[in-house]
Amino acid sequence: MTVTASKPANFDRRLHRRRKIYNYVFLALTGIATAIALIALALIMETLVVKGLAGMNIQVFTLSQPPPDMPGGLLNAIVGSLIMCAVGMVIALFIGILAGTWLAEYGDGTRLATVVRFLNDILISAPSILIGLFVYELLVRPFQGFSAAAGAVALALLAMPVATRATEDIMRLQPYALREAGMALGANRGLVIRSIIWRASTSGLMTGALLSFARISGETAPLLFTTLGNPFLSFRLNQPMAALPTTIFQFAMSAYDDWQRLAWAGALIIAVTVLTTNILGRALTRGSTQK
Amino acid sequence: MTFEEPNRDIPTVMIPPPQGDRVIDVHNLDFFYGKNQALWGIDLPVARNKVTALIGPSGCGKSTLLRTLNRIYDLYPGQTASGEIMFDGENILDQAKNSEQLRARIGMVFQRPTPFPMSIYDNIAFGVRLHRSVARAEMDEIVERSLVRAALWDEVKDKLATSGLGLSGGQQQRLCVARGIAINPDVLLLDEPASALDPLSTAKLESTLMELKDSLTIVIVTHNLQQAARISDYTGFMLLGKMIEFRPSSDAFVSPETKQMQDYITGRFG
Repeated sequence: MTVTASKPANFDRRLHRRRKIYNYVFLALTGIATAIALIALALIMETLVVKGLAGMNIQVFTLSQPPPDMPGGLLNAIVGSLIMCAVGMVIALFIGILAGTWLAEYGDGTRLATVVRFLNDILISAPSILIGLFVYELLVRPFQGFSAAAGAVALALLAMPVATRATEDIMRLQPYALREAGMALGANRGLVIRSIIWRASTSGLMTGALLSFARISGETAPLLFTTLGNPFLSFRLNQPMAALPTTIFQFAMSAYDDWQRLAWAGALIIAVTVLTTNILGRALTRGSTQK
Repeated sequence: MTFEEPNRDIPTVMIPPPQGDRVIDVHNLDFFYGKNQALWGIDLPVARNKVTALIGPSGCGKSTLLRTLNRIYDLYPGQTASGEIMFDGENILDQAKNSEQLRARIGMVFQRPTPFPMSIYDNIAFGVRLHRSVARAEMDEIVERSLVRAALWDEVKDKLATSGLGLSGGQQQRLCVARGIAINPDVLLLDEPASALDPLSTAKLESTLMELKDSLTIVIVTHNLQQAARISDYTGFMLLGKMIEFRPSSDAFVSPETKQMQDYITGRFG
């Protein structure tokens, strides 16, 4: 007898064939799901680019909000968004980086740190409209007026937990030996953190900052209750200010064709900004991990 | 105490350097990771301007012992030491002692190279600036002298402004040695400094250490017995958190007294 003759005894061909079929079915299902997701994304991008480009011209960037049927642009909204995002980011990064540093370096292992981390995670996923309402109660009602400052604070509250989390995560990645090496030279903890660990974390911190910026630059809900909007170009933080997302909301709901075209142009501007910052953030991360 | 003392009945052998030659003198040192005791009644005399090697199988406590000598374990809450580590007439375990000043006098080089994310020049200047303000010209001199003594100068003198992270592993480790000696310590602790290096880099590092001996006391933890025999003047053999045998290296590898050390250096275990 040859060896092959005994083979069928421990080798069920039908079982294997069935497994193979399941494998193909599974593969096909994952492929179809991926295709659906990609097609949806492509359709969104296509609509956005086609309609956005149709409304795009130089006046979008040079003129402020027009009355219906008059030439105009989004200058007031773009400037407003930039100002409020910038102020919001400064506040968020200041608090977020320090809080994240505390969580990673000083609070580690304490009950307080566990509580803070948990609350921070809740804040990350808090609905943004809730943040808007909170700031409305805190900074709009008591002062009897909408203001860009209130908008910036609302945006800061959205970006802050993201920055805190990113800072803690990236600082934890730094090897403990690096801290010990700094201490072994006679540096104290704070100095080791500031001049060695932060420096080693620079690209990661930048990525965190860019991602949290991307997160807030398209936010509408928290701004509706806080800055209200402003048809004119304004640089004053104590006054209502226009922002791209709120202007898009307002224009898209309007009955005027040229306002709707401007809304599409604004949407394209935001999308491109978010996409660029995300790509930049990822490129930075990749650069730091390859080192 | 939650744990039984291990090897209670192993005889210990101690042939220490003369009293007057010691720069560090460890007496009856116990060390705890939380509730777990890792060191039991350790004695370790460290002779001035000599190389003292600590050998023993993994987990025997030699790195732990080294890390008490500059109190780097302070970083971790829950790690405690009791006993006596005399240095310059004072017990460094005394919590009132300033650990930053202590570390300026007892430097440390770690198992893996730990260059800071800054230029080669700043890697060395960092430690110097911690302890005194130095004019640029003097700093240039210190950086050059430290790199020369660490046998790295010729390889990096044209790229002092580039990042220390760009050097090879062996160069990074010698940079760490240069960084350690730049602040002019009395003692340099080395925790398996060659374990991540190739043989050529190891040889360079060893010859560096030999030259440093004239002006510096060195305590080195190593898994490499040949290395200990090559460079050390005194050898301490540890097992399960105890110092089993301590004697001049000249006979430590030829005629150890305890059976445990004989077994270890002949490769019967470890």
